[in-house]
Amino acid sequence: MHDKILLSHGEGGKRTRDLIAKVIARYFDNPVLSPFLDAGLLGRIEGEIAFTTDGYVVTPPFFPGGDIGRLSVCGTVNDLAVCGAKPVAISCGLILEEGLPMDTLERALAAMRDAAKEAGVTIACGDTKVVERGKGDGIFITTAGVGVSVDGWRPAPSEIRPGDRILLTGTMGDHQVAVLIARQNLAIDAPVLSDVAPLSGLLLPLLPRFAGKVRFMRDPTRGGVGVTLNEMASAANARFVLDEERLPVRESVRGVCEILGFDPLYLANEGKAVLIVAGDAAEAIVAELREHPHGRDAAIIGEVREGGSGVRMRTLSGGVRAVDYPVGDQLPRIC
Amino acid sequence: MCLGVPAKILETGDGAAVVELGDVRRGISVMLIDDVSVGEWVIVHAGFAIEKLSEEEAEQTLALFREIAESDEFRES
Amino acid sequence: MNRNLKYIDDFRDPATAKALVERIRRDAGDAPVRLMEVCGTHTVAIARGGIRPLLSGAVTMLSGPGCPVCVTLDGYIDAAIALGTERGALLASFGDMLRVPGKSSSLEKEKGTGLEVRVVYSPLDAVALAAATPDREVVFLGVGFETTAPAIGGAIRTAADRGVRNFSVLASVRTIPEAMGALAADPEVRIEGFLCPAHVSVVIGTDAYLPVAQRYGIPCVVAGFEPLDILLGISMLLRQKKEGVARVENEYSRVATATGNRKAQELIRDVFVPCDTGWRGIGVIPGSGLRIADRYASFDAEKKFGAPVVFAPEASACRCGDVLKGKILPVDCPLFGKACVPEEPYGPCMVSSEGSCAAYYKYGAL
Repeated sequence: MHDKILLSHGEGGKRTRDLIAKVIARYFDNPVLSPFLDAGLLGRIEGEIAFTTDGYVVTPPFFPGGDIGRLSVCGTVNDLAVCGAKPVAISCGLILEEGLPMDTLERALAAMRDAAKEAGVTIACGDTKVVERGKGDGIFITTAGVGVSVDGWRPAPSEIRPGDRILLTGTMGDHQVAVLIARQNLAIDAPVLSDVAPLSGLLLPLLPRFAGKVRFMRDPTRGGVGVTLNEMASAANARFVLDEERLPVRESVRGVCEILGFDPLYLANEGKAVLIVAGDAAEAIVAELREHPHGRDAAIIGEVREGGSGVRMRTLSGGVRAVDYPVGDQLPRIC
Repeated sequence: MCLGVPAKILETGDGAAVVELGDVRRGISVMLIDDVSVGEWVIVHAGFAIEKLSEEEAEQTLALFREIAESDEFRES
Repeated sequence: MNRNLKYIDDFRDPATAKALVERIRRDAGDAPVRLMEVCGTHTVAIARGGIRPLLSGAVTMLSGPGCPVCVTLDGYIDAAIALGTERGALLASFGDMLRVPGKSSSLEKEKGTGLEVRVVYSPLDAVALAAATPDREVVFLGVGFETTAPAIGGAIRTAADRGVRNFSVLASVRTIPEAMGALAADPEVRIEGFLCPAHVSVVIGTDAYLPVAQRYGIPCVVAGFEPLDILLGISMLLRQKKEGVARVENEYSRVATATGNRKAQELIRDVFVPCDTGWRGIGVIPGSGLRIADRYASFDAEKKFGAPVVFAPEASACRCGDVLKGKILPVDCPLFGKACVPEEPYGPCMVSSEGSCAAYYKYGAL
């Protein structure tokens, strides 16, 4: 096998078949995919189906705590999870740049295999294309995911009412800071690991266990908890009030934020969920989350109040500030 | 216009230093200050130490804050 | 929330904040006292800390022109874009500058059509970039006040010492005390106290404000950027007012001193020369700028490329100038929140992360 991806690997001929048989098949080895038909046959699926898709273009492809492969599986599994769906199958669309080291591809595939195993999902089908050098950033991955709704649960923003609590399953900003550090152009050294993780095991058991108490869930990826809360408040036409003192943030993430002038509320996460739950179940749900490895730092970060809409926060100083949509990505600032 | 953070000097050498804020480290220039040694605190802005932080003065300010907070409690009760 | 960052979290204690707010309210008179925070970093800290609503009725905080991005001429942005698009220079900039509107475009917008801009955290990173790409001209966008001037000067010196010839700076450096004087002298801008910038003061020394305090009888307090620093600074201003005095006091005594950082001042004197300069929305303030000294002309992008930055007073609906002078609050500008929003800013006060209008919009005009 070559040590780099060539254009011919994407042309559909012998090289493509070799790439699939000798590289991809070694990592993705399951009964649905192995016949390498034009489609993965999933068989009969009982229940309400959820379907999602996402593209992954992160640079660099490997960063502390994760990589593009793991991200591409977890991101899609998590979109299903926050909609109450157990993942059944995902697709894997690869767009590779000519010249990509074969080793990079193999590491990404291994990570996808491991993440899929952890998440209990089958990689059921895929596709590979190769673009000319300069026309793609190394490796792009698109995954689409199919899942089955647990217990008939559906996100219900209209059920959100004053007195409900806002929960976050763990610390903010770990992923974005890990990627930033890996890019190395800010020359900062901090022991931050991306939080990328599959959340089905953390979230889905809550739904039958706390039936009727979980109103709405989302995963705060790009734009962070700040953007996600605004989207949720909008969907619910509700007023959210956060408590700054209760926001979970790791010390090292805070350190990077202080130096660069970032607000952790707007930093991307890849292994966290925001939940709106009934007030009388909030403490019990947090306790349950904390029992799970991906929920150890779960916390109640705010509540839903009467009147108006939007997101506000009670600050450490005892004042109030709005938590609005940011404009674009945060950039390191001196001001 | 002046985002600057307090950080502790971990290593020094040749016009540069490595500082630590919590467990975050960065290399900075110390060309704007004199005689900096390991363990001292500086304010870091745009990759430069712009001044030393006096731990003594900081303690005094913190003591003043404690006094204010306590006299307020006293007033409330 | 993790609260173990030394010398940061110590100055964010909620109980002490509460006590300070009460102290301020007890000292306040019948009418709200008009105080100006000069520095954009204070504007953001006040907004993020939700401090304004805590003081309503007792203190009105006016946000001054201490946001170097806000006061940078739109001609500067245009000159930077031209250096990139017409001369093929690789631009290096602080993140703050990316979205500032020039006359018709911004660095961010131009980036989308091929302008090469690298965001850096330090001007030294721009020198390193130049050293690593010897076949490209690298122009650093040197925008800032006296806090950043030594860093920009340090980068120029470093480039000179190392012979990095393909590095230059498009400078837009302004100085604070002259601007404070211009504001204090303006009868329409009634300021009863100045909350002076922490890190500018660290460089220039707190004595730099004595002329303002003495000539105009306006109390000055240099305060740090943490919530407790700001609240104590405001409290100290109110007490001066109550006492009927106008002194310069230093709340940020852990870092700022009366005479400032001599070494940094010497570097500024070596690399820069004072000049008259225009402030966007305000006009020309004599002696309020720093341009690169002739001996470092080869590192001055304006001279190197023959690209002078033009100051042309705008005639437009933008009221940034009046906001910067504290004459009106952001919400009083007819464009605020309508034609002028962070995604499509009309003027720089809305773009800069520290602009008064952006701070009001993002953190709430509460």
